[in-house]
Amino acid sequence: MDQFLNLTLNGVASGAVYSALGLSLVIIYRATRVVNFAQPAFALVSAYLAYSINQATGGYWLGFAVALLAGAVMGVLTERLLVRPVRHNELGAIIVTLGLLIVLQAVAGMVWSNEPHSFPYAFDFRGDFSPNSMFVVAAVAVTAIAVLVLFKATPLGLRMRAAAFHADAARMSGVRVGLMLTLGWGIASAVGSLAGMLAVPPFIFPNVLDGVFVYALTAAVIGGLDNPLGTIIGGFVLGVGLSYVSGYLGPELVTLASLAILVIVLAVRPNGLFGKALARSV
Amino acid sequence: MLEIEDLTTTYGPVRAVDRVSLTVEPGAITAVLGANGAGKTTLLRTISGLVRPRSGRIVMQGKVNTRTPAELTVRGGLALVPEGGGVITELTVAENLRLGALWRGDRADRARAMTEVCELFPPLEQRMSRPASTLSGGERQMLAIGRALMSRPRLLLLDEPSLGLAPMITARIMQVLRDLRASTGLTVLLVEQNARSALSIADSGVVLSLGQVVMTAPAEALLTDEALRHAYLGF
Repeated sequence: MDQFLNLTLNGVASGAVYSALGLSLVIIYRATRVVNFAQPAFALVSAYLAYSINQATGGYWLGFAVALLAGAVMGVLTERLLVRPVRHNELGAIIVTLGLLIVLQAVAGMVWSNEPHSFPYAFDFRGDFSPNSMFVVAAVAVTAIAVLVLFKATPLGLRMRAAAFHADAARMSGVRVGLMLTLGWGIASAVGSLAGMLAVPPFIFPNVLDGVFVYALTAAVIGGLDNPLGTIIGGFVLGVGLSYVSGYLGPELVTLASLAILVIVLAVRPNGLFGKALARSV
Repeated sequence: MLEIEDLTTTYGPVRAVDRVSLTVEPGAITAVLGANGAGKTTLLRTISGLVRPRSGRIVMQGKVNTRTPAELTVRGGLALVPEGGGVITELTVAENLRLGALWRGDRADRARAMTEVCELFPPLEQRMSRPASTLSGGERQMLAIGRALMSRPRLLLLDEPSLGLAPMITARIMQVLRDLRASTGLTVLLVEQNARSALSIADSGVVLSLGQVVMTAPAEALLTDEALRHAYLGF
């Protein structure tokens, strides 16, 4: 029973990270129909910036704030400079983000070296459900609720949704569609950087987020790629599920299990487990 | 209200709107008629700023509007109800309506506009929190017109509002337009393939063919002159 509880709590903490990174993918996908494969690279560069600030100042939170800001800036610039010019070509946009992922990971390796550096936790990480785990879950929960409220209940969110769903109709209602898409990329990438800050410790190296990204993508697919709430739930479900796999069956099976879930969901419910049902009930 | 001079819009080599000139007087209902592919929809999309013209001039209330994008023409008092309504089916009825007035700062006035739209189209009021995807065709058209009215336009452009609707609903929508003109002085530019129903409320008609204006006449004349009807309107 104790083990079950521990596995569940650990799963919730890692699932929170998948949720956050998955959410960042979904916000962008919903607005521009592009899966932003560069998202983990934005998070990685953000985390490296935080690492450098951390080294220079010794404090954690300034780096944390800079990381989120850097994520937003990278998202905005990418949308404006790289994605918008190819916006009529979905495949082109995906290739651009894939290329950006490779370039940014390589650049990060050149600037900060490919060797792992130790990266601090926000809070004490020792113990079963440590203060740091609580912080991870709380930070993601607050962010997720803020994003959902922003979309569902604010005029800005209404504009963003209108721009995403029906650009012409939004324009005719006076919405600056381009600005909304840019803003969406900025918000999404800031959320992605938050996920990175939470997922990176204890060590940072250029490929540190690759695994997390795969799980985040799985979470997004479970939730239905354009369903933020479904993705958040998907992330937590996946985190807990993989934690059980790791605890009861062996950690070497975790990646395989994630892949199996991805394949099964795509085969059985390509729109995601929560895809249509949730979209209708809200 | 609206003056168009020599307006040309092209899609590649195709001149969808070809040197069109027309004048819409304040408070008038003008019908733009013509067959499929005559350029009616492109004309409206150009006037509203969704499409950029290649040449010509659009003057709205004395202001040159030729290359103003759609998100700004709406601020100049122009609203477009596109073909099929352009209702955003993923949003609720209330969200669609609110969207129409979001750019306007005055919160109290936005609420008033919402009440007015509900009075005009009672079926919408009962369905406020439902997704727009659950509405019938007629209700969607009401929602589309309602959303346009939320911005309190002085010039309303409608693209085939009767398309696919039952005659009774079409008649009701035409009645609403007439009432609005009477009560608020709304100017209407109405594109229709259904010439008879359009001319029944219009003051004048403009007939387009292959992108060009071939005829401008009072609605009365278009309705009664058999030769004109046969030649251009097919009834």
